[in-house]
Amino acid sequence: MNGDLYPSGRAHQLDHRQESTNLADILERVLDKGIVIAGDIRINLLDIELLTIKIRLLVASVDKAREIGIDWWEHDPSLSSGRGDLAVENRKLRERIGELEASNGEGASDGARPRRRTRAEGVTGDE
Amino acid sequence: MSDHSVYLYAIGDAAIADSEVLVDTTGVDAVAVHTLVEGPLAAVVASVDRDRFSEESIRTHLEDLEWLEKVARTHHEVVDRIARVHPIAPVRMATIYLDDAGVRQLLRDRAVELAATLDRVRGRSEWGVKGYAAPVETSAAEPAASASDAPGTSYLMRRRTERDRVARRRERVAETAEKLHQEFAQLAADSRVYPLQDPRLTGRREEMILNVAYLVDEAGAAALAQRVDAATGNELRLELTGPWAPYSFTSLGES
Repeated sequence: MNGDLYPSGRAHQLDHRQESTNLADILERVLDKGIVIAGDIRINLLDIELLTIKIRLLVASVDKAREIGIDWWEHDPSLSSGRGDLAVENRKLRERIGELEASNGEGASDGARPRRRTRAEGVTGDE
Repeated sequence: MSDHSVYLYAIGDAAIADSEVLVDTTGVDAVAVHTLVEGPLAAVVASVDRDRFSEESIRTHLEDLEWLEKVARTHHEVVDRIARVHPIAPVRMATIYLDDAGVRQLLRDRAVELAATLDRVRGRSEWGVKGYAAPVETSAAEPAASASDAPGTSYLMRRRTERDRVARRRERVAETAEKLHQEFAQLAADSRVYPLQDPRLTGRREEMILNVAYLVDEAGAAALAQRVDAATGNELRLELTGPWAPYSFTSLGES
């Protein structure tokens, strides 16, 4: 875990050690390549998509992302200037709405805020 | 005895059982790996805690990138170490059996398929080639001193020209990449084309335009490395990764 997970194109000219192999490359292989045998424990690894993992990661911890070398948003003006990643932003917003609903909505009388209620359901349905 | 399950890493020739490479190879949770031999085949396994590698526990943990990275890397390291010395067929990450008997049964039931798979990768390794289209420098020219009597129109025109230029180049680079792939494939026993990774995943700004794995023997690997270096240009950057254990060429399909 040395922060150098994205060696640039010359890896093959060095020796063949792979400590610093790009995590995405490893995941691409170990998650859905190789012999697929059911085993006794049934796990559908294909449920997790690599991109989802990354997005989760970004939402969860910017530090961790930097640590493993994912810092594209810092170099990409179109991303850091606030247009951002809509999926992430959307998700954050929806989570926030969900939180507000949860802390706020209990005392509300029935039918007072039907629209918000629908949205809140959308949030839980997503998780 | 029921507090442990069996994590299966890879399948290879029975000869692996006597290999020195296993001596100090440890898997998940730093447990030493060992082999289960059944006829001509050996399974590389290690025990794992049954509770922590239960269906539910794994599913939960897959959401945890730290856990996922650790297990993925460990899995990869075990497979990788052995693959450098022996022909093996890697098994997908987190393939768990409740006991040795289940693994032995697998080796017996699918002996023919597994042997054929091993034969296919014997003496060969996997190399990945990724191609990236270099970012197009957008003409940073500011609206040229709106001398035009219709600045809005000229802006739109410029935008369209720019867009067309980028699209044409992308097409050109993609064509080149496809041709190179055809050429590389001639050097390989087999190849698999993979979905292009999103820039958010690669962590790079360049758009990925080629993502292929090749199964090559030693001579093929040398030739491939040379061709990749030679073909890397300004518009298309090629990257070679490997050698990988033959992850991409051992799929049997789910039983």
